[in-house]
Order: sequence, then C-alpha cells, then structure tokens
Amino acid sequence: MVLISNLINGLSLGSIYAVIALGYTMVYGIAKMLNFAHGDVIMVGSYVVFLLTTKAGLNPYLSLVVAMAACTVLGLLIERFAYRPLRGATPLAVLITAIGVSYLFQNLALLIFGSQVKSFSSIFNFPSIKLAGGQIVITDETIITIVVSIIIMIGLTLFVNKTKPGRAMLAVSEDQDAAKLMGVNVNATIALTFAIGSALAAVAGVLLCSTYPTLSPTTGAMPGIKAFVAAVLGGIGSIPGAMIGGLAIGVIEILSRTYISSQLADAIVFAVLIIVLIVKPTGILGKKYIDKV
Amino acid sequence: MAEKRLKLKKNTKNNTITYALVLAVFLLIEIMQGTGNISSLLSGLLVPLCMYSILAVSLNLTVGILGELSLGHAGFMCIGAYASSIFSVVTQNTITNVWIRFPIAILIGGLFAAVFGILIGIPILRLKGDYLAIVTLAFGEIIKNVLGSIYVGYDSHGVHMTFESASSLDMEPDGTLLINGPLGISGTPNDSNFIVGIVLLAITLIVVLNFINSRAGRAVMSLRDNRIAAESVGINVTKYKLMAFTISAFFAGIAGVLYSHNLSILAATSKNFGYNMSIMILVFVVLGGIGSIRGSMIAACVLTIIPEKLRELQDYRMLIYAIVLIVMMLLTSSPKMVKFWEAHSPKRFIEDKFRSKKSKAKGVQ
Repeated sequence: MVLISNLINGLSLGSIYAVIALGYTMVYGIAKMLNFAHGDVIMVGSYVVFLLTTKAGLNPYLSLVVAMAACTVLGLLIERFAYRPLRGATPLAVLITAIGVSYLFQNLALLIFGSQVKSFSSIFNFPSIKLAGGQIVITDETIITIVVSIIIMIGLTLFVNKTKPGRAMLAVSEDQDAAKLMGVNVNATIALTFAIGSALAAVAGVLLCSTYPTLSPTTGAMPGIKAFVAAVLGGIGSIPGAMIGGLAIGVIEILSRTYISSQLADAIVFAVLIIVLIVKPTGILGKKYIDKV
Repeated sequence: MAEKRLKLKKNTKNNTITYALVLAVFLLIEIMQGTGNISSLLSGLLVPLCMYSILAVSLNLTVGILGELSLGHAGFMCIGAYASSIFSVVTQNTITNVWIRFPIAILIGGLFAAVFGILIGIPILRLKGDYLAIVTLAFGEIIKNVLGSIYVGYDSHGVHMTFESASSLDMEPDGTLLINGPLGISGTPNDSNFIVGIVLLAITLIVVLNFINSRAGRAVMSLRDNRIAAESVGINVTKYKLMAFTISAFFAGIAGVLYSHNLSILAATSKNFGYNMSIMILVFVVLGGIGSIRGSMIAACVLTIIPEKLRELQDYRMLIYAIVLIVMMLLTSSPKMVKFWEAHSPKRFIEDKFRSKKSKAKGVQ
C-alpha cells in the first residue's frame, strides 16, 4: 500500500517534470540550445500567481492565465535580447549566456522578494480520493497534475504534427537553412517555440508549487535541471520522450527518497543521467545524430 | 622559419609577463606585510585570492583551451578538500612536521581530484557541449550531496561508514569520527598561508602554460577548433581531452587543499562547493577572457576584492556576476559584434594607417 501511494506521488511529480521537460525539449530540438533559464521562468510564473492571489485577491485560475501571459512575454524577451544576437555563435557562448540569464532571474527574484521561503497555497480545492479503505489517498493536486500533463502532451503533439506553425517547427529543427529556403520564418518559429515553452513553464510552476507548497527564488532551479535530465532520458527533441522521461525521473526520485535516503535522492537522479548518457546517449526515443564534415 | 621563431618569442614574452605579475604581487604583499601596512581585510583574503586564481586558471584550461564547459569544477575542489583534510586530521599527531605533512596533503588532494577527473572524464568526454556541461553539473552536485551527508569514522575494527547518523556508525569507544555528516570535518590543521598559496599558484601557472605551448596542448586546441579535422590527422580525441580535463581537475583539487587547510571546519554546503561556486569560477574565466590565463587570474582577484572592499555591493554581487556573463558573451561572441571588433580593432587601425602612409610615400617617389 505504501509502495502504491509512493508510486502515485512519483507519477504526480513526474508529470510536473514532464511538463517542464516539454519546454526544454522543444527549445533544444529547434534552437539547438540548452535554455538554462527555463527553470527560472517556472519560478517567475509561480511568483506571479502567488502575488496575484494573495496580494490582489484575484481568482486563482485567472491569475494562472495572467502568469502564462507574463511568462510568454518573458520567454520572448529572453529569446530576443539574449539568445537571438548569439545565433551562429559558438555553443559555448550560448550556453554561458543561458547560465547568465538563469542566474540573473534567480538573483533579481532574491533582491525583489527576499530569500525567505513563502508558503504557496494550492490553487485547487477539490476533495481527495480515498481508495482501499482510506489507505491510499490521492490528492486533487495529483489528479489534476497528471490529467493536465496528459492534455498538454496530446495537444502539443497534435499542434506540432497537424498545424502549419507546428510543421514549421519540425522543419526548422531538421534543417534551418533548408526551412528558410522553403519560406519558413526561422526567427518567428524559434520565438514561437520559446513562447509555448514559457507558457508551459508557468503551468508547471503552479502545479509544482500546489503540490509542494513552498516558493523561493531557487524554486525552479533544481526541478529545471531534473527536467532536463528527464528530457535527456526520454530522448531530447521528442515530445512523448519528455513525458516518459519525466515520469521515470519522478518515480525514481520519490522511491529513492523513501527507500534509500532523502539526502541522496538528487544524487541518484543525476547518477541516472550519467548512466543514460554512457549507455544510450540519444535517450529512449531520441534520434541519432551523425557528425557531418 | 623566421615567422615560427617570432611566434615562440611572443609566447615566451606573454608567459614572462604573467610570471612577473605574480612575482610583483608577491613582493608587494610581502613588503606590505613586513612594514605592517596591510589591512586585516586584505590579509584575510590572501589565501582565498591564491585559491580562486588557481581555480580560475585550471578551469580556463577546460573552457578556453579544451573548449568544453565544465560546471562541476567545485566538485573536484570538494574532493581535494575532503581527501587532504582527512589525511591531515589522521596524521597530524604522527607527522608533526608541517613541511612534510602539508606537501603530502597537497599531493593527495590533487591526486584524488585527478583520479575522479579520469573516472568521470572517460565516459563523459565522448559527449559534446551541452551534455558535457550538464553531466559535470550533475557530478558536482552528486559529490556535494554525498560528502555532505556521509558519516565516516574509524576505530580498532577499521573504517565505518553510514548515511544515517553519527551514532549509527556503531564504533568502539576509542573510535574517531572523521566526517560528521552535514557538519563535515573539524580540526584540520591551519597549514595554508600566503607563501604556500603563491607557490602553488606559480606551479599551476608553470604546468598550465607549458602544457598549452606543448605538443599535447596544441593537439587539445586543434580538437577545440575542429574536432573532425583534428581526428582525421590522427589526433587521439579521448586521450588529449582526458589529459586536459585531468590536469584541470588536479589543480582544482589543490585549490581545495588550500581552502580546507585555511578553515577549521570543512563542510560541503551548496555555498562553498555547489553550483554557485562553479558558476563563480566560470565568471572569473569569462571576465578575464576565455583562453587567457593571465586574464582569469586578474579577474579572480578583482572580483574577489571589489565586493569585499565595497560592502554595499555585497548584496548585488551575484547579480553583477550574472550581468558579467551575459554582457561579456554578447559583446565578444555574437556574430555582429565579432564583425564590429574586426572592423574597429586598434591593431587593424594602426596597420591601415601604416599602409596608407607607405603607399603615399611610394606615390611621392
């Protein structure tokens, strides 16, 4: 029974990682860069919801919409002013800039909101489900998290495969120059990817802070890195891969936290990353890249 | 041939300036100390300055010369610090002479870090760019988490180890607790001082600068500039990458020794050995100029002294680091700026002037 409720907790955490990993994997697939600041966009989204619900007394769902809009704008600004000027520069330069952007948001949040941890009250208030005579309790956050992440994944898959902008994304991720020749606006497509990824980050932030009700300037950093681990595990660039990787990392983390050691849970998750990269660097569903001269 | 000799001369000149700079700073500080003109703030900073310089120079070997981003440099430092501290704590009653004990501790710290560099390097150096960065980050966090939560002690039955608590080590009454979980190692002898720091920095510089200008160093740089081309002329990718990576880890370990022997209590927290520390070292390297050994040394000193001198800047230190990273990259690496610098570089300006004068002179004749 304990195992089952742990598994459910793992799936819930995994779904959050999956939503974050979707943002990573889309940006990585298209812009070929690791957007380190993605985790911090999550944090910004959570703070927006926190401020709107507690200070302005806004409806939680409405404030989620506002947070998504704010994060979208933020994502576009990051792309426009930090990453676009570096398109065509060495990967090292882009990576260092991304780390700088991530660091910038963390420390701006630290200066604005202070370092004390805020308690974030869940924006959902539905009754929990009790199974097996009350031995297994599934909270409303768990159900909503899992359902929302499945909806997002299906929605994104349909968007990428069936719509025109989505197919433009696929084209850009295959070959930027060829896509340009075919009349795809590469800059707009990359910006669109950042916008979608950042809006998803706001959703992920609210899900994360509803399940684990604390909020601090570094809230997004660790989940962000773990979600990247999830994206790598599932195969970077693949939408179902992000989902599978996210769920796997969530379950591994919760199980090792319960059965091995709570301090070592993070270390175990990272060890998984190292093993995956040694055994199968392309991940579970990833495509193999061949170096061309 | 003449051109080659000229180039060698340039290298030698450059390196001489670097060594001379270190020597000058050393003499200046010694004179200040001798005449008693040194502030207590600065004298407390002397060992950290040497440590940060060593860290920055060694990371520059990975980032600037090898061209790969390592975000786990603090992890290697952590290993060096712990390994050497354990050695010093255990042997401080048997080897009482500091001049024998401390060099051994330094070597142990460096070697442990180098071994981990090889262990982690063999699998991950096959990866490229972003993957390598994230794996080194993961590695640094693993090291910090493991060393920050492990309990180690020894008694007449041997070494005990656990992740639970000090009491569950189950030791005999005569046992000694070495690593006390999150509280770390206490009682490390205070062996670090400025002279040792400067000597270690000088050794780091000699090794790193000679490595860069050696055959192996040129092989490493050719891998950075074009891996496929380098591979096709027979350069062993794994060997040379591993070589640079291990040397870099070795000196990070030595910096860790300096760090741990400068404090009485050593604990692995996210503040001293975490991601933030790795980023800070990266900021030194980026501000000093990627690939410029002298630059990273100067940047490490400037970025350590300024926040200490200007207390009001303390709160904004991390913010400034972030801005340094972004602005430096945008200014030096974006294709537009690269073109701009090429068009407006002072060297080219002088050359143009010179050329136009020459052609004018010719016209007169």
